[in-house]
Order: sequence, then C-alpha cells, then structure tokens
Amino acid sequence: MGQRIDVEHLNIYYGDFLAVQDVSMVIEPNSVTALIGPSGCGKSTFLRTLNRMHEVIPGARVEGLVEMDGVNLYDPDIDPVAVRRNIGMVFQRPNPFPTMSIRDNVLAGVKLNNKRISKGDADALVESSLAGANLWNEVKDRLDKPGSGLSGGQQQRLCIARAIAVRPQILLMDEPCSALDPISTLAIEDLIQELKNDYTIVIVTHNMQQAARVSDKTAFFNIAGTGKPGRLIEMNDTPTIFSTPAVKATEDYVSGRFG
Amino acid sequence: MGSMPSVGSLTWAEPGSVGRLGEGEVVSDRDNIAASETLLPEFSRLEDERAEDAVLTSQVNAGSNLTADALVRPHTIRSDRAESLLRPDADNPKKRRHRQNADRGFSRVFRWIATGSAIFILAVLAAVAIFLIYRALPAFTATDAQMAEVRTHLPRMTSLWGLMGTLVFGTLLAALLALLLATPIAVGIALFISHYAPKRVAGIISYVVDLLAAIPSVVFGLWGALVLAPNIRTFWGWIAGALSRVPGVTVSNSATGRSVATASVVLAVMILPIITAVSREVFRQTPTLHEEAALALGATRWEMVKTAVLPFGRSGVISAAMLGLGRALGETMAVLMILSPGFLVSLQIFDGGQVQTIAAFIASMFPESAGLTINVLIACGLALFIISMAVNMGARWITARRAEFSGAN
Ligand SMILES: Nc1ncnc2c1ncn2[C@@H]1O[C@H](COP(=O)(O)OP(=O)(O)O)[C@@H](O)[C@H]1O
Ligand SMILES: [Mg+2]
Repeated sequence: MGQRIDVEHLNIYYGDFLAVQDVSMVIEPNSVTALIGPSGCGKSTFLRTLNRMHEVIPGARVEGLVEMDGVNLYDPDIDPVAVRRNIGMVFQRPNPFPTMSIRDNVLAGVKLNNKRISKGDADALVESSLAGANLWNEVKDRLDKPGSGLSGGQQQRLCIARAIAVRPQILLMDEPCSALDPISTLAIEDLIQELKNDYTIVIVTHNMQQAARVSDKTAFFNIAGTGKPGRLIEMNDTPTIFSTPAVKATEDYVSGRFG
Repeated sequence: MGSMPSVGSLTWAEPGSVGRLGEGEVVSDRDNIAASETLLPEFSRLEDERAEDAVLTSQVNAGSNLTADALVRPHTIRSDRAESLLRPDADNPKKRRHRQNADRGFSRVFRWIATGSAIFILAVLAAVAIFLIYRALPAFTATDAQMAEVRTHLPRMTSLWGLMGTLVFGTLLAALLALLLATPIAVGIALFISHYAPKRVAGIISYVVDLLAAIPSVVFGLWGALVLAPNIRTFWGWIAGALSRVPGVTVSNSATGRSVATASVVLAVMILPIITAVSREVFRQTPTLHEEAALALGATRWEMVKTAVLPFGRSGVISAAMLGLGRALGETMAVLMILSPGFLVSLQIFDGGQVQTIAAFIASMFPESAGLTINVLIACGLALFIISMAVNMGARWITARRAEFSGAN
C-alpha cells in the first residue's frame, strides 16, 4: 500500500543558498502527483528531500517538516538509510549498476538489506519485479547479461524494477522519461498507472502532456528570478490545474507561454 | 491502509527495533550525515553530468594511452576536453583554417617538440633493450671454461640459468609479498580519502601519503636495516613459531631480522603512495549517478562503496597494483641494505641468507666485476627488464579492458 506524505513549511538549502522556500503540501496515498515548473525552480531539489537524498550533497539541509503517515522523516531518531529503503527513487538518467547482471540489478536493494534470500525466493522476486516494471518478457532470456546492454527505455524500467523490488511504500521519479524515446515514454507512463495501485507516486516532469496524462494532482513550482528561491505556486487536481488554475502564472506556464 | 498498521511497516518504527535505535545507532546516523557532506564532492547537476560522463568515457576509451599519469591527473585531461567541447567553430573549416594560421608558429614548434620527445623516448627504450641483449649475449654463449672463471668472482653461482632462476624467484617473492601487504592498505586509505574523510582530513592524508614517495630509498634502507629489522624480528619469530606448530612445517627465522619479510615490509611502504594515489583517483571518478543509485536503494556508506565504488574501481586498482609491483621489482637500495642475501629457491621468508633480488644482486656485484662477469650481470638485468615490461604491459592491458566493464558504452 502507498502512504501519505505531509510537507509543512519546508525550506531547502544548499549551504546558505535557499533553493526552495516554504513548501506545504499533502500527497494522498496511492495517488500520482506531478511536479511541474520551469527549469531551476527546485522540483528535483524538493523531490530529493522526500527520501532524504538531498542531504548526500555537501552542505545541503532542510528546515520544516516532512511526514510519512505521521512519522517525521527528519526526526533525529530516524535513520536516513531506512527512509530510503521505504521510499524508492528513479532518476532522470537510467543508472543500472554497470558491473551487475540484470538479475543482480533487480536484487541489489534486497541484498543490501543483508537478507539472506533463497534462490527460489530470489527468482520469484526478480520475475515479479521485472513483470511489475513491464520488462519481464523482454529480458527473461538474458537475466545474466549486464544491465548496461539494454536500451535506454529498458534500462529505466530496470531501474524501476530495482526500486520496487524492495517493496517501498512511495516511489519518487525525477523526469524518468526525459532521456527516452516516445515509445519507451509511453511504456513508462502506462507502468505508472499500474504502479499507482501499490505505491504513492511523485513524479517530476518537464512535459505538460505527460503530467496531464499520468497524474491525479499537479503541483506547479515557480521561481521569481535567478538566485531567488523556488516556491510552490499552486497545487490542485490535475484537470483543474490544466483548465482553470487559480493563479495567472500557472495558466501562463501550462498554456506554454513561458518555461 | 489504516494509519497504525502502516506505521508499523516502517522499519524504523517497529516496536521490536526500538532497541536498535539506541544511542549508538543514532550517533552513527549523525556520522552518516556529517560524513556524507564529503561523500559527493563537486556534485554536479544532472545536466552537467552528461558532459562529464562523456569526458570520462573518452578518457576510459583511450585505454591505450591511459597511463598512471593520466589516472593521477585527470584534471588536465578534463580541461583539454572541456576546451574542445566549448570550441564552437571546431567543425567550421573556414574558421579552423583561420585559427591554424593564427597560431601556426608556436603550434608547429610545439608539435615538433612533442613528436620529437616521443621518438626520443622510444629510441632510448630501444637502445636500452639493444644494449642489454647485445651485452648479455656473451654470457649465454660462453664456454664452460669461461664460466668457471666467472665462478671465481661469483662463487655461489652454479650455472647461469641456475643463478638467474634463483634471482628471478627472489625478486618475484619480495615484490609479490610487498604487493600483498601494500594493496589492501592502499585501497583502504584511498577509500577513506575519497569517500569517508572530511575534505580537510582527506587533503592532509593525501599529502602525507604523497610525502612517503619523496623519501629516498637509501633512507628507507637505513631505517629498515637499523630500526625495523631488529624490532620486527620478535614478531616474525612469533609468527614462525606459530606456523611451525602445523605438522610437517618448519619455519625458521633470522636472529637479525634481515629477511625477505622485513625487506618486503619496507618495499610495501615504498609502493604504498603510487597504489594509493591511483586508486584514490579511480574511486573519485565513480559516477555520482551510480553512487546515488545505491544510496537511494537504502545503502549505508559501506554498502554504497561495495555496490558502486569498488566494482567501478576494480580494474583501476589492479593496474595501480601492477604499477606498484613494477616499482617493487626494480627497487635496489632498500633491499640491498636490508636483506641478507642467499641463492636458494626458498619460501623461508622469515630467515636470512635465503634469496636475493636481481637489482640488489647487480648493485652489490658490479663494483668488483670485470669481463664476462659483467655480461652475466647484464643478463640478469635483461631478465629484470623483461619482467618489468611484462608487468607494465599487463597493467596497460587491464586498464584498456576497463572500458568494457565500466558501462561507459
Ligand atoms: N548540488 C547543488 N548545489 C547547489 N545548488 C544546487 C544544486 N543542485 C541544484 N541547485 C540549485 O537549486 C535550484 C533548484 O534546482 P533543481 O532542483 O535542480 O531545479 P529543477 O529540478 O526544477 O530544474 C537551482 O537554483 C539550482 O542551481
Ligand atoms: Mg530537475
């Protein structure tokens, strides 16, 4: 089951630079939320705070509250490693481990948990994860080949399979299709629709049609100028954002007048 | 989807795991964060990574000329590359011609100097090889009577091949032992510098390790013979005693400590800097992309190193070790001063008078040699030359193969 995320008054910094200011939002369980906005407005930065990947950058920090089902992810007692095990992430560029086979890529996260997993269980997990990422039929005959030998779209689906193999509750995706061709993009959009049943999904996208096609809610971020912090301008049901947004800037952006 | 049960499914919130979240755990998390500030130095935005990866790819693909130098100083390569990426008129023949005209004078001269130097180096190498072969030949073709004459100078020589065999054995034994000791330590230091230590500490440690390379080998020799040997010999005695307890095994040990084991320890210290420097640079070049992939799966620092950094750096570490091996094979002074020589094929590494290395043998015999004895020494030098070349070529071959495994395609 997916879980709910509450963000309250979140400020995100790189060192002394305030990159994103005062974001509050609610992300419903088992929904797809799209984050849209012009380049540099802090979509990726915000997304990375949701699984504490932000803080792997030297000097990066946050102020405010991020809760997953009522648990404050930034509580000092919370292990960031455990957070990342529960909140999966798919990156802009497909990044399967180049030295591992397809099978080992899928199992990478599970093996990290130091769990001894029997071969039968591992096989079942590999199949279900790859099937869940709509990749099983394409790779079932070459599971022992390196993951880097796949096409870009297949690699990205392998990364999704790797992320869902550890059974996270939430899946974060940062422009997962921006490096892919249209057919692979469609395959991943279909996949997102299916994954919604099991996970809460937050997806950053540069592509407005994609946001309209896959998401239930859309959050529009904007930035007043270079050096200024990005802000959440408005968030609403996707059809509303694309038809009758409350803010003029949103309307300008979704109608392609800037960005 | 009730809120309580799903909270329970969070690994960190499980009641049973509360104990696990005691002081120590929290402290280590804090460490995680603090140390993670150095985790991804020069983190670049995704857009930039593309260019950077392209640079890395080209660097890796240029395997054939990927020397230790290129590994140690990737920045020079990067900036060259970056320059060619930035040059918008690179494809415009008209502008290019213009540019060529503009810097024709200096550019030409520089190219001549560069080409000339390359040819010069090849010529020197060929000259050395020819010299060695030419001057070694008399030793191989000498009659028994002539060899008997040599034997008066080298009383412990049975035959030329016998001598060379024992020396090659001694050389390889000392160098491989040194490698065995140095590589794990060097990799550990390199990993600490590249992925664990705070920036300042990393800088200091790098500097100290590099300083080791600046100590003259004769100083290492003095230290090894006067300080290390007398102090380490009790330790060797202890190990030898322990090993001797295995039935059928007798391990002797030297009363002075001037054994291969001691010489290898000093050699290990001497090759530590090169292996550390090369490994460090290779580890630093691990793509951020893969490090983040591991972290996002919930890897701890060490797990991230295991899944992303070590596989990426493996072949680089191997070629670093080969470079270190090359250095250990040829090291003369330290071995000469520390090792009590012998001419056996013996694995008694804790005892003196067992083996000798080629380099130390030549250095010790040369001053009093003349005639055919010199040819014998040169034949030994030829053997060392061949071994060193083989090791270097092995390192290059592995470095070139790196391209296939790096996923850079
Ligand atoms: N690693 C970093 N270090 C410092 N500043 C960064 C870093 N990554 C992003 N930023 C800055 O944060 C702001 C938001 O960037 P980002 O989240 O990548 O925007 P988006 O994903 O919306 O294009 C930008 O001003 C960018 O320059
Ligand atoms: Mg982005």
